[in-house]
Amino acid sequence: MVTTENPDTSGAPSLKALWYGPLVGLVVPVLAVVAALAVGAVLLLALGASPLTGYAALIDGAVGDWNAVADTAIKSMPMLLVGVGICIAFRTGVINIGGEGQIILGAIFATLVALAVPDLPSVFLIPLVLLAGAVGGAIWGAIPGALKAYAGVSEILSTIMMNIVAAQILSFLLQDLLIEEGAIKIQQTRRLSHNADLPLLPGGTRLHLGFLVALLVAVIAYLLIYKTSLGFRLRAVGHSPDASRYAGMQVKRSVVQALALSGACAGVAGAVMVFGSISHRLIGEGGATAFTQGAGFNGIVVALFGGLHPLYTVPASFLFGGMLIGGIELQRELQVPAALIVALNGVVVVFVVSSLRLKTKLQRWSEDAVLRRGRK
Amino acid sequence: MLEMRGITKRFPGVVANEGVDFTVRSGRVHTLLGENGAGKSTLMKILFGLYRPDEGSVHLEGTEVEIRSPADAISRGIGMIHQHFMLVPTLTVAENVALGLGGAWGSSDLRPIRQRLVEVSERYGLEVDPDAFIWQLAVGERQRVEILKALFRNARILVLDEPTAVLTPPEVTDLFTTLRQLRDDGRGLVFISHKLHEVMEISDEITVLRDGRIVGNTVPESSSRESLAQMMVGRPVLFTRTVQHHDPGEDRLVVRDLVVQGDRGNLAVDKVSLSVRAGEILGVAGVSGNGQRELAEAIFGLRPVESGGIDIDGVPAGSLAPKAVRSKGMAYVPEERMRDGVIGEFTVAENLVLVDHGSPPYTRWGFLRFGAIKRQCTKLVQRYSVKTPMLETLTRSLSGGNIQKVVIAREFSCGAEVLVVSQPTRGIDVGAAEYVHEQLLGQRAAGAAILLISEDLDEVLQMSDRVAVIFRGQIMDQLPRSEATAMRVGRLMMGLKAE
Repeated sequence: MVTTENPDTSGAPSLKALWYGPLVGLVVPVLAVVAALAVGAVLLLALGASPLTGYAALIDGAVGDWNAVADTAIKSMPMLLVGVGICIAFRTGVINIGGEGQIILGAIFATLVALAVPDLPSVFLIPLVLLAGAVGGAIWGAIPGALKAYAGVSEILSTIMMNIVAAQILSFLLQDLLIEEGAIKIQQTRRLSHNADLPLLPGGTRLHLGFLVALLVAVIAYLLIYKTSLGFRLRAVGHSPDASRYAGMQVKRSVVQALALSGACAGVAGAVMVFGSISHRLIGEGGATAFTQGAGFNGIVVALFGGLHPLYTVPASFLFGGMLIGGIELQRELQVPAALIVALNGVVVVFVVSSLRLKTKLQRWSEDAVLRRGRK
Repeated sequence: MLEMRGITKRFPGVVANEGVDFTVRSGRVHTLLGENGAGKSTLMKILFGLYRPDEGSVHLEGTEVEIRSPADAISRGIGMIHQHFMLVPTLTVAENVALGLGGAWGSSDLRPIRQRLVEVSERYGLEVDPDAFIWQLAVGERQRVEILKALFRNARILVLDEPTAVLTPPEVTDLFTTLRQLRDDGRGLVFISHKLHEVMEISDEITVLRDGRIVGNTVPESSSRESLAQMMVGRPVLFTRTVQHHDPGEDRLVVRDLVVQGDRGNLAVDKVSLSVRAGEILGVAGVSGNGQRELAEAIFGLRPVESGGIDIDGVPAGSLAPKAVRSKGMAYVPEERMRDGVIGEFTVAENLVLVDHGSPPYTRWGFLRFGAIKRQCTKLVQRYSVKTPMLETLTRSLSGGNIQKVVIAREFSCGAEVLVVSQPTRGIDVGAAEYVHEQLLGQRAAGAAILLISEDLDEVLQMSDRVAVIFRGQIMDQLPRSEATAMRVGRLMMGLKAE
């Protein structure tokens, strides 16, 4: 181990490590899904249905035609946005279970802006409502962040609590203040300004601008985490708060920043879900989860599935969105109980999450193997 | 009495031992010498039944045996004194000795044990109160309990893994007296160490391991510290460093009546006053856990100051955050390098810019500039001889010595002129340690004010212009180099004021 020579920077063996890592990162989740589908096949067989027909229906429902693809994309969008936020938080070593609440606050802020300045031209109003959504989500993320940093409150607990508070705020606002005026009291706003409608993308499907926004946010998050000095600090704090503090970083501030950024991503999802919806209203009917469609929680699974990397989270969200959309078709085709789809999704989650451990193990192993070869 | 023949042990990618022959004879102290990672521990773990050898055999009193577990080893009369003591702090000495004895000893009646304990400890000079709780004992006393435990299990062969690492010089002298008695009693002793003067003093025979192989068998009479070190490292090692005397400059770091709390709200640093001048190394000697860590952390703004003051260049700095302290020209090499010094999951390059990543030229418009980072890191890696396959290698996969070089490279290259350096060579190999010392002297020559905190007394005595001794949070005394002898400092480290 004693040396005075120059560093050995021959790249050959290490290049292998560079592609091997991501390869494992890609193969293991796919295997997890295959394994989950295999278990699902057993469930289908137990119900007397043909797994082959079932999965054909699932694929058909998810990506059978362009409309199906668009539906899958629309379903994936909020999960992707929340998932990207989860990536940022996780890289900083904080866990954000508050996606639901952050979506709702984002939606409320965006709605308020649209109600306040409905006549602004679309070019200004659309970015403005998206920004308002981000701000709402960021505030809802920063509060647990500050509680964790300065009062030592577990962010896991506080973000969950904040979900409930957000749901109550939504319900409260739609009872009275924001409710559409009319004879029938439905918990929803009036149709919001047309200028804020997210325009449909060409192709004749329901797919709208929100899709591009989600992709853009994923790319921005990627750049932020890996290419900026802010991201450097967040990652440093995530790996080792001690070493970061010794190096002169402000660890507490980083924690607040991470949860605020994480919340901002979910907040954008909230805005997109209001202005990209068919009704173009903020709807509270059926409870908060009816509005968020559980994206705040599913986003966590999607992020884990994507290896907590913002770019890998894109395909991961599609896969999961496809499962949800295709599952509807499967259920219709085979006439199996709806609970089966829930179970199937659950199985996927279990397999994906447990595959993470295997993945890290494999990556570590390959890394070490390459390293040893490099040393010889 | 014990013979290990042709021992080979492979781990994935590494050969830890290759064809090692090792013999322990009755009435002899056999020293196993080698750097970290040379294979000493692996060999002893095989002996103690923790690993199985891939090849080779172990013979006890002439018959081949297979040692399956530590319990097996103990029943065959092999005792091991681990570097980290295996004692239950909340139990008494007698209770700890009784633990795991089983059989008749397993009964709750401790009286026979107490009685035998007193006998054995008197016989070998292992003085210890059988009713004292372990947590009340000093490190040296705890070690005696470990030895007593082994003797109680009728250990004929005793393996001592770096037993002197935690002891002060007077305690080492006591330990050696005990070891000689055990040897004269006909027991076989294995002494593991890398402190060469101790090895020369206590050994009857010496086996040197390097990279898993035996590179030499010798006796102290026909070897010298230099020849042993050369065998161990594989090249000549410089020992007597001629530290150029030069007049130090002005006070750079002044600590006045500093009081700092420990993690448990205890008084960790108790009215400490120190000053370090430009071009001077002030060594702080002391046994582990006497307030050194808290002192360093308080100076660096990582721990609140209860009272007293810290001045950097005459400006109060006692209430500053680490970032502000750094901007005042201070750098810190923390003692826990893996936890506090580097981020294991970060690459070598990322760790090298951990402090400066946010300032030009490494960042522009908030974006990292990988070209500039790479250029600087390539320079640093060469200048500080960091051995790494690539700059993108994860830091945790480097050896301890190379990780320390990464920390040193970062902290010494940022233009800081006041350095707080804690345990800079703990657990790293001789070559890397030598290199770290050179760098410290280089900084001193360049006019830096250095506070060197170390539990390694040799290091403090060798490097420092002045030596301060810390005991229970207080500075016992400060001595100029000429008056700081190992014995005198050692007594102070145990809290004994000069008479």
